[in-house]
Amino acid sequence: MRWMKYRWVYFGLSGLLIAVGVFSMVTTGFKIGVDFTGGAVITYQIKDQSKKEQIKTTLGEAKEKPRSIQETNNGLLVAKFAELTTEQRNDINTLLKEKHDGAFEEVKFETVGPSMGKELIIKTVIALVISSSLILLWVAIQFKSIKFGVSAVLAMLHDTLILMGGASLLSHWGMEVDYLFVTAMLTILSFSVHDTIVVYDRIREMGRTGDIESVANTAISGTMRRSINNSLTIIVMLVALVALGGESTKWFATALLVGTISGTYSSPFVAVPILVTWEKFLARRKK
Amino acid sequence: MKKLLLIILLFLATLYISLPNEFKGFTKPQYKFKVPDLLFGLDISGGSRLVFEADTSNLNGVDKKEALNGLKNVMERRVNLFGVSEPNVQLSNFGGKDRVVVELSGIKEMEKAISVIGTTAQLQFVEIVGEGDKAEIKETNLTGADLSRASLVFDQNNGQPAVAIEFTTEGAKKFEDLTGRNVGKVLPILLDGVPISSPSVSEKIIGGKAQITGSFTVEEAKNLVTELNAGALPIPVALVEQEIVGPTLGADSINKSVTAGLVGVGGVFVFMLLMYRGLGLVANFGLLIFALITISLYKLFGIVLTLPGIAGFLLSVGMAVDSNILIFERFREEKGQRNIKDALEISFGKAWDSIRDANIATLVASFILANPLDLNFLNTSGPVRGFAITLALGVLISLFTGIVISRNLLRIFVKEPKV
Repeated sequence: MRWMKYRWVYFGLSGLLIAVGVFSMVTTGFKIGVDFTGGAVITYQIKDQSKKEQIKTTLGEAKEKPRSIQETNNGLLVAKFAELTTEQRNDINTLLKEKHDGAFEEVKFETVGPSMGKELIIKTVIALVISSSLILLWVAIQFKSIKFGVSAVLAMLHDTLILMGGASLLSHWGMEVDYLFVTAMLTILSFSVHDTIVVYDRIREMGRTGDIESVANTAISGTMRRSINNSLTIIVMLVALVALGGESTKWFATALLVGTISGTYSSPFVAVPILVTWEKFLARRKK
Repeated sequence: MKKLLLIILLFLATLYISLPNEFKGFTKPQYKFKVPDLLFGLDISGGSRLVFEADTSNLNGVDKKEALNGLKNVMERRVNLFGVSEPNVQLSNFGGKDRVVVELSGIKEMEKAISVIGTTAQLQFVEIVGEGDKAEIKETNLTGADLSRASLVFDQNNGQPAVAIEFTTEGAKKFEDLTGRNVGKVLPILLDGVPISSPSVSEKIIGGKAQITGSFTVEEAKNLVTELNAGALPIPVALVEQEIVGPTLGADSINKSVTAGLVGVGGVFVFMLLMYRGLGLVANFGLLIFALITISLYKLFGIVLTLPGIAGFLLSVGMAVDSNILIFERFREEKGQRNIKDALEISFGKAWDSIRDANIATLVASFILANPLDLNFLNTSGPVRGFAITLALGVLISLFTGIVISRNLLRIFVKEPKV
């Protein structure tokens, strides 16, 4: 297969997806999770323990859904919300009263600050910059060319942008940027580099058996089955989690799913095309 | 054959450690030492919720906000120094009262935790002015805020536990002046207004190092070190609520996700069998051992699993599967060209370069994220660290199982087809 013949198509596709994502990030932004913004906590005393499950279900049906509901050992339900106005709080209590009057009592309403501050994000970004630089160096050393390192990190950046754009678009359906999203992002970055290195390895192994374009084509053909099979195992796992898993981990699994697809795609269709274009550009300048 | 025996032995040992101590009425037989239970974090198994009320009556506006943020930071540091993984510390406002909500997973000695987290730990050095009956205590400008570090030591003379303190440069200067003008006198040290030690000064102390000896038990000295290192609470607090809470992710939600995870793992096993037949079986067995070793190490090291931690583990599983797929795909290419034994060895050799480079890249990233050196500009706690630790451990174990176990099993089971 002459994969590299169509490299401008891949660039175009990635560019388009990133542009849509960035547009969404600028216009809609993200839905930031309570971990980072803080919010409100309502504590209910459950008087009729047999109604506990029903009350939890009703809370989940309210217009302003709780982000988490915890039970305590002394018969309380602790429901954590994003910021609540007095009106929203009244709506929730009216709804509960309608269905389960007498079975519960609101004992406490409090506003809480974030459990994870800006500091976490700043420090994570610093860690990512350092580890990306080290990965760039490691790849550059192992593959004896800075071009390999740079294109691997660019592919990683590509996946980051796709994932962030995805989170912004999916925020319309309720996806939030919370501590799990940060985790998903880190997972995908590691996965992306891992996948890219496997494809690079084929290019390295083949050496200078032809011009870079034909070497890249053969390398991609040689690793395509492995890439697809490997991603399929991960996708099987994640689809199960999205479809059958609990509400609280659904978006986490979705983020991983988007990232896995992007991370698999970006190795042969972003990292390698950048490498080929770069090599060709240098070769042309030499002439 | 010897190798196969060793692998089976490893399998049985890790299987024993991994099995829960109790499951639906069955109890695991215990030998000389009890295998610890697998520990889960606040998001998965819940924990304790402590609510402290802050005394902000003397503060207003900007000062209050700053003091409350400082309070939250110090309490968070103390919880971390106490060794709790991924706690939840939040400021809260309830009916005009300022509170700090601390949620902790799996702490056995709750009373001790409360005292360490909630103690103000305001350290003060005071001097005594006047003689005889007129002697009175005078506050100095040297306080716990001038400390750069505290550590547990044992007194060289009597072996009693003591707390060694080091002052900041500025603190050292203050300490030098203070000891200089109090030679021959006692210099009491107060903790939250109570004298804990009254050493007498024999000479001016230069260099900013000192030792607090009192009648400490080792435990008390350790707690004091934790409190001093985390800093004094800027506002005194009182415990107003204490309860046991369920997981933040919701118990039903977690049960569903566990089922989903099992379905997913089953799917992966079936996929490998369909795709690679006999080889897939070996790979699946390799994965099983990988999982057992990992769970055993979590138990033995006391690693607390949170959802980010499990994500790190799953990623390493994915990478372990990938190593197998890489080898098998190579094998598929090679086996047409030479005999089976050689093809297998060559596949290992060729796949190894990419497995090594890819896994080392992951290790580098997880090392930075896990921040084992506790560098200040990186996260020293929280979900990012939990993720990175299990990822790094998973990658290391997967390299081991990949090289040692799967490889040997394949050598044993892959045979020339009979002609």
